Amino acid sequence: MENSQGAVWVLAEQIDCQILSVSFQLIGQARKLADALGAAVETVLLGDHIEEQARRLIAAGADNVYLGNGPELGLYQPEIYTEMIVRLARKRQPAIMLIGSTSMGRELAPLVAAGLQTGLTAHCIDLVIGERNVLEAKIPAYGGLLTIICPQKRPQMATVAQGIFPAPEPDETRTGEIIPLDVPVDMPGRIQTLEVVREATDAVPLESAPVIVAGGAGAGDPQGWRQIAELAQTLKAALGCTRPAVDEGWADLETMIGQSGKMVSPELYIGVGLSGEQQHMVGITDAQVMVAINNDAKSPVFEQVDYGIVDDCREFIPVFIKKIKEYYEKQVTC
Amino acid sequence: MLNIVVCVKAVPDPKEACNIKIDPHTKTLLRCDVPLVINPLDKNAMEAALQLKENSDAHIAVLSMGPPEAGNIVKECLALGADQGFLLSDPAFGGADAYATALTLAKGIEKIGSYDLIFCGMASSDGSTEWVGPEIATFLNIPVVTMVKEIVESAGDRWKVKASLENGYRLMQVQLPAVFTVTRDLNTPRTLSFSGIIKARKKGITQWAVNDLGLPEEAVGLKGSPTIVSELSATETKRKVEMIAGTRDEKAALLVQKLADVGVI
Repeated sequence: MENSQGAVWVLAEQIDCQILSVSFQLIGQARKLADALGAAVETVLLGDHIEEQARRLIAAGADNVYLGNGPELGLYQPEIYTEMIVRLARKRQPAIMLIGSTSMGRELAPLVAAGLQTGLTAHCIDLVIGERNVLEAKIPAYGGLLTIICPQKRPQMATVAQGIFPAPEPDETRTGEIIPLDVPVDMPGRIQTLEVVREATDAVPLESAPVIVAGGAGAGDPQGWRQIAELAQTLKAALGCTRPAVDEGWADLETMIGQSGKMVSPELYIGVGLSGEQQHMVGITDAQVMVAINNDAKSPVFEQVDYGIVDDCREFIPVFIKKIKEYYEKQVTC
Repeated sequence: MLNIVVCVKAVPDPKEACNIKIDPHTKTLLRCDVPLVINPLDKNAMEAALQLKENSDAHIAVLSMGPPEAGNIVKECLALGADQGFLLSDPAFGGADAYATALTLAKGIEKIGSYDLIFCGMASSDGSTEWVGPEIATFLNIPVVTMVKEIVESAGDRWKVKASLENGYRLMQVQLPAVFTVTRDLNTPRTLSFSGIIKARKKGITQWAVNDLGLPEEAVGLKGSPTIVSELSATETKRKVEMIAGTRDEKAALLVQKLADVGVI
């Protein structure tokens, strides 16, 4: 059975014929896993008028690209996408299947996993090959790391957020095969994506913001949250949050930082009224300076930052904003 | 009559979840008596069902899988206005991953009988997977829309909904029966009323174990889970904190000074 090592798959995603950066990042990691296994890297790309793009996946490290190309595949269509991937995976028997934790990936991955009757690990922060060539997926939890494996079923599936793995340097000399897929015509048609609308936003994007203020449950109420937002505005920072702040309804899911949200690497990170849960903290990588403000001196957040202030954020933030403004004014007058 | 099933999960109170820790020596979980509450997004799922019931002829069944204590959150949903409560509880269900959970819930839904719509929260606050809703849909062989943020058209059996995606939405047309997983943008969950609590006293909860669902024990719980936790490890932190002390004014001034000195503001 030595030669039957299944391939490492990446389900690539495109929007308006542009392949997402997370797909390239996953190919980079898939290459490492495949090399450890002595396996091939294969990608599945579905879209409309995307032949040109398939070559970029090979340059990034894929050996084969399964290409589904047609007008019915331009937008993500759950029914036909799931069917094509499940059919192909049954035939090709990949060992591993990786998908970006995008809104498409987060719906498509469990549909494919349940369709193939296999396991799926959510929002991993690392992937390595362990004993007996089993994929070890690492996820943060409870102040530590869990290693999740799928020992029996295949493929071993995982979703990964954008920014976890670096993008590979494209190598235009790489060669690979582009294998066209038939588009099934016998779909029941129970669900259709009619339209995709993307709205322009004027908020500072978290991923590229040099300064980030993040708030958590400690804000207490909408008034407390507005203060944290004002601190962000004062610092011209992007405003991020933890899951409890989303659950409370103060902040949008789009601004959640962490394992199942955005990955950020600012110069300055200020965490306000949050407890330093791993799910949030793993989202901040390579921050130059980290600050935490929390009223509990024993909060685990203070083990993870450079500067700590023990205080009620609702009392402290207004004073902090005043001092920042004074500092800025001094800068202008000097 | 629109038959709605709302799936709810009892989770450790997210506000206290940071008290759950991994013991670095034994590598086991130290739970520290964190109370179980309804998963926050499941409140939005419940609210979606209640709003449909207000505007049309609908019947709401609430379904949860969990330890006997999870009966409390089912009771809470009955007090909010659900018509029937079901709890899938059996030691054999323990240790289930998303796959085994979804399979068990799907069997529960089949046993409840008629369903046009199944609502789930888009994610759970503890496991943080989002797989249960779509996997239930797969096992029931019906469509799913995840991250539903608005129901646009709800007439007949072809509905239109908006689902969240990065900086925007997708407009989906979907034939019922279907599973919707919901975001908090969909609605604002109501709070419990006293009269609701009184009324709920008369409503019982039906409890089913693995045998009632006609599932073999190998298909549920840890045994039926394709994924397992193979290791728990404590993480080490690389930063050494400097605590800034003083009066509120001094602390704020000193922090500004420190940040200015390292050139990040």
